[in-house]
Amino acid sequence: MIDNQENDMKVWQCVVCGFVYDEAKGLPEDGIAAGTRWQDIPADWACPDCGVAKADFEMAEVVAA
Amino acid sequence: MEPIVILGSGLAGYTVAREFRKLEPAAPLVIVSRDEASFYSKPMLSNALAAGKTPEQLAGTSAAQMADQLRATILAGREIEVLDTDRRTLHFGAGTLRYDRLVLALGADPIAVPLAGDAAAEVLRVNDLADYARFRAALEGRTRVVILGAGLIGCEFANDLAAKGFQVRVVDPAPQPLGRLLPTPAGEHMRAALAAIGVQWHLGTTVAAVNRAPSGLRCALADGTELEADVVLSAIGLRPRVALAQRAGLEVARGIVTDRLLQTSASGVYALGDCAEVEGHVLPYVLPLMQAARALAKTLAGQPTPVAYPAMPVVVKTPASPAVVCPPAAIPGAWRLAQDPAGVEGLFEDAAGRLAGFALVGAACAKKHALVKTMPAVLR
Repeated sequence: MIDNQENDMKVWQCVVCGFVYDEAKGLPEDGIAAGTRWQDIPADWACPDCGVAKADFEMAEVVAA
Repeated sequence: MEPIVILGSGLAGYTVAREFRKLEPAAPLVIVSRDEASFYSKPMLSNALAAGKTPEQLAGTSAAQMADQLRATILAGREIEVLDTDRRTLHFGAGTLRYDRLVLALGADPIAVPLAGDAAAEVLRVNDLADYARFRAALEGRTRVVILGAGLIGCEFANDLAAKGFQVRVVDPAPQPLGRLLPTPAGEHMRAALAAIGVQWHLGTTVAAVNRAPSGLRCALADGTELEADVVLSAIGLRPRVALAQRAGLEVARGIVTDRLLQTSASGVYALGDCAEVEGHVLPYVLPLMQAARALAKTLAGQPTPVAYPAMPVVVKTPASPAVVCPPAAIPGAWRLAQDPAGVEGLFEDAAGRLAGFALVGAACAKKHALVKTMPAVLR
């Protein structure tokens, strides 16, 4: 698991398909800059793998092992 | 007023329910499930070992919580035996249930290839959370796994097991993994990447028999090879569940036939997800299911909405070498390939030279977003 202790960046996982969103990395190819917090992603954003809207399924926080 | 009844509590059934509730906060809604009706991520089953998740941790939301969230009645553990479309009635065990409109979200069954041998019945298949719990219990304290099938699910399980130190052998009649999705060089990249983490391939052959051996099971391959295993997992593919619809006289081809409104040949009966064949398309993947669920929810709420399928890339979750595929339609054309040690990019061009599909493996997956935007829709 990535060590995010220093900057408190979190890793989130889509509850439908398992897609992982890492705040530290962002999704530059999807127009989301590295360092973007989950809470700052627009509500109409959809999971790139399964199409579930952010508003429908809250991402579950991945707890660092 | 009779309720809208949804048969099935997988992603298709629950997503229709959720989308419908956004539009119709109060209309009566009943969900019938043959299992315990918890909501879980099926795509995560083939990635759960490396993610450190137990079957219990995967069972995200219980039926009771779902009933509460969706303001629905959930009837768990009930198998519907008869669908009477004239009387709009469902029969199960001792009970009957009347519906105003019915949604078939029945899913698909794993294909079982006929196997000889005295341990053929011990071959496992993973198609739901209960299956997965049995699979994980069988793995407990064991090391050797033989997987039948090098398709999407077979490759994902192979990666997940090998990453956790299991000795994994994969058997498939095709000469490469993901033969139906990937052009040869991309399949070769996948083969090599999984081999590098320890997966052993037995391609171009099949398992003929599974027998008991002194220390577990022994798979006899058609090419004469014998493989010892503790667990044998079959991941050959899926077949839409059509039996109930067939008995009810609905039109069935490969799946339950629907039009663009997802309506079957019976008035007021709809189908979506892995059990459905929508205008000739059987697409057992998450993205088409989501598109269908959103359209059907609107139709059920009184705004008839034909489903549209944009280009829908299929993601293969093999961390050793991820892949994304936008399968081209069955049209004349050719793959244009570019490869380097980090990955393979395949672009499928139709006879006129237009992009009609793509297959990306490894580092090339980064091009997915740019390519998806250029792809033709599957159903406009």
